[in-house]
Amino acid sequence: MRKRLATIAGGLVAAVALSAPAFAQKQGGTLRVSHRDNPPSASIHEEATISVNMPFMGVFNNLVFFDPKEKINSPDKIVPELAESWSWNDDKTKLTFKLREGVKWHDGKPFTSKDVKCTWDALRGDEKQEIIRKNPRKVWYKNVKEITTNGDNEVTFTLERQQPSFMSMLAAGYSPVYPCHVEARVMRSKPIGTGPFKVADFKRNEAIKLVRNPDYWRKGRPYLDAIEFKIVPNRSTRVLGFVAGEFDLTFDSDITFPLLKDVKDQKKDAICEARPTNVHSNLLVNRDAPPFDNPRLREALVYSLDRSPFSDILAQGNDLRGATMLPPPAGVWGMTQDELQKLPGFGPDIEKNREVARGIMKELGYGPDKPLKIKVATRNIAIYRDPAVILIDQLKQIYIDGELEPIDTTIWYNKIQQKNYQVGMNLTGAGLDDPDGVFYENFYSTSDRNYTAYKNPEIDKMIDEQSAETDVAKRKVLVSKIEQALLKDAARPPITHGVANTCWAPAVKNLVLQHNSIYNGWRLEDVWLDK
Amino acid sequence: MGAYLTRRVLLMALTLFGMSVLIFVMLRLVPGNIADILVDSAGIADPKEKAKIARELGLDRPIFDQYLQWIGGLVRGDLGFAYVSERPALEEIAPRIPISAKLAGLALFFSVILGVPLGVISAVRQNSVVDYLLRIISLSGLSLPSFWLGLLILMASVQWFGMIPIYTNEPRSFIDEMLLLSIPAAAVGFRSSALIMRLTRSSMLEVLRQDYIRTARSKGASQTTVNYVHALRNALLPVVTIIGIEAAFLVGGLIVTETVFNIPGVARFLVEAILWRDYPIVQNLVMLIAFCVVVVNFLVDMAYMALDPRIKYAD
Repeated sequence: MRKRLATIAGGLVAAVALSAPAFAQKQGGTLRVSHRDNPPSASIHEEATISVNMPFMGVFNNLVFFDPKEKINSPDKIVPELAESWSWNDDKTKLTFKLREGVKWHDGKPFTSKDVKCTWDALRGDEKQEIIRKNPRKVWYKNVKEITTNGDNEVTFTLERQQPSFMSMLAAGYSPVYPCHVEARVMRSKPIGTGPFKVADFKRNEAIKLVRNPDYWRKGRPYLDAIEFKIVPNRSTRVLGFVAGEFDLTFDSDITFPLLKDVKDQKKDAICEARPTNVHSNLLVNRDAPPFDNPRLREALVYSLDRSPFSDILAQGNDLRGATMLPPPAGVWGMTQDELQKLPGFGPDIEKNREVARGIMKELGYGPDKPLKIKVATRNIAIYRDPAVILIDQLKQIYIDGELEPIDTTIWYNKIQQKNYQVGMNLTGAGLDDPDGVFYENFYSTSDRNYTAYKNPEIDKMIDEQSAETDVAKRKVLVSKIEQALLKDAARPPITHGVANTCWAPAVKNLVLQHNSIYNGWRLEDVWLDK
Repeated sequence: MGAYLTRRVLLMALTLFGMSVLIFVMLRLVPGNIADILVDSAGIADPKEKAKIARELGLDRPIFDQYLQWIGGLVRGDLGFAYVSERPALEEIAPRIPISAKLAGLALFFSVILGVPLGVISAVRQNSVVDYLLRIISLSGLSLPSFWLGLLILMASVQWFGMIPIYTNEPRSFIDEMLLLSIPAAAVGFRSSALIMRLTRSSMLEVLRQDYIRTARSKGASQTTVNYVHALRNALLPVVTIIGIEAAFLVGGLIVTETVFNIPGVARFLVEAILWRDYPIVQNLVMLIAFCVVVVNFLVDMAYMALDPRIKYAD
């Protein structure tokens, strides 16, 4: 009995200790954040960069959202936002949302089911909806057959077939609900949302200022009065600004491992958290033109890679080895290190792998005296150029003489789309740690974001098959099979998954960074300042 | 004089017209346009989306039409719409001009206020310790890139004073703004002051060896009068020329300094606009800079007359 009482008492103490911060939460204050560049626009649906998500996610709400208190986004951690509840029909092809009543857009107009319908009609490619101009994630919703409303507070998504990832895609930071009555131009410059913060000002090259939405549907939130993102393009200035106390929070993943030591030395109380960015480096191989139209040569490339130097040189050994999906523990769907070992080019004996590659090269008529001369194209910015240089060094080991071809970043996708390259060093970010998000976006033959125009009917079929699989264990097997098939086909062979640090001042409380996508979790309504 | 002025004004107009054609054509020769970049920022490669944006922005129209529309608008004071922000270009450019103008003015002020007197001192005390010291300083000024100097200043401020003199909030008063801008202005002006110092020194040394200086001294004029009244005025001609040229070059220095000190001026904005191929912003800003350079050159020519009454511009 005494023991049981002690346990209860212990539990109570723990509960009080855990809930203590809840009593201490303070209303008010301005969170000052450094921003790395000028966001291309404020319209989340039109862009594919953290430069937009981080400052503007707080302006919006989704129907549902990945639980902001959790570090890992997964389908079982989805919480309601503008939808109060949801239900599936028996064959899981109709998803009905009951919408929250009394929610208002920042301009005072009521939020209704029509807004949900027009947002997803636009995302499905209905050009009559003039709320977006670009639509990079159209393929996410290729399975949506129709969207119907039932009164102002109910909306139903009808799917062509069941798709377990559908909820995850709706819960991503890239899936806010837009107002039907606001035109695209406004959404790009001073967007209207239902979220905890309103856009007070978006001055290009200067700052983005958000202010508290006093009519926010979630009473008592947000805690902050305002958030100011100051656009500081020079990283040294940003870091010095954080050290000097000019900023409370750094831009997401802005502190690389070499910089981390400086920050910690100069600002001892800084809280810094390393997390996978879910952005991975990979090779683009032009399979439609010589010499890499030869599958054997592509195979040699896959066997040439030694991933450790990329991580050691660029991230002090902190980057992760993984295939296309983010590896665990942060990644929900990626292969474990043991499974990875079995993939071509991932084995621990690099010399043995390269021997395979050299064998292929010799078979194709190349050798130390007759190397294959190629150009390695990449964006002319450091995060792309640096790994490209390491790659060129590694290719020498298999008789490939690579020459760096830095491409002006403004015409990078143009060049890739026109197939005007041989091998490219690329970075791919995943807005969502989910096989549908990653595979459909980057490898499905009809995707706009499949900029290498990779077309493989077999892979398309496999992607559809895993997408419809409801059993998680079975689906993981299918996902691994796709990863293996992509690697074997040298479709964007992955190199490393990035890990970087975000730092904040101790006064910033309740900030939870999500560890399998940097693009989610920036609603900031629960963050408060202890000043 | 009247005919000379008319000729100069016509020449200025012709120069600006040439510049406008050059800017317009060169911008379009650079690979990639705003439609490519907007689509690229979303990581997509859909030619249909690109064509749609190009159509919306009028980029599919003949280049001559586009030029006429721009130049016609410019004459009417309509600078068009910025492609990226989708706001009137004038609204984007106008608030940034005073910030850069103040920074450039301060930088020029620093460079002249330091460069000219120190150059005179260096010349007057030729081969003394002071002269050597000033020559070392001027050489450092010419060798230190302003972005590096700016970063050093920022690092020192954080290390020693625990603050960083960057432009994060709009200054509350004119004095606050001048104080805030004085540090980056000093960083930019340091290089120019070094150049002006060296030129003033060599020019002074040449003048100080002239017969009329010896005459002035033999008539009993004081050292200060000889140096600053008789010698300096004549030594200033090449210095004024270089100040004019430096005023134009300052824009280049401002780009880096505005970035390091995070100043929301036109120079940084111009670079950003070039990266985005935001034609209306780039064209109008480059024209503004060209206009300033042409006007400064004109003013320098006029200053020659004021400094040396022997100079006359024939009709």
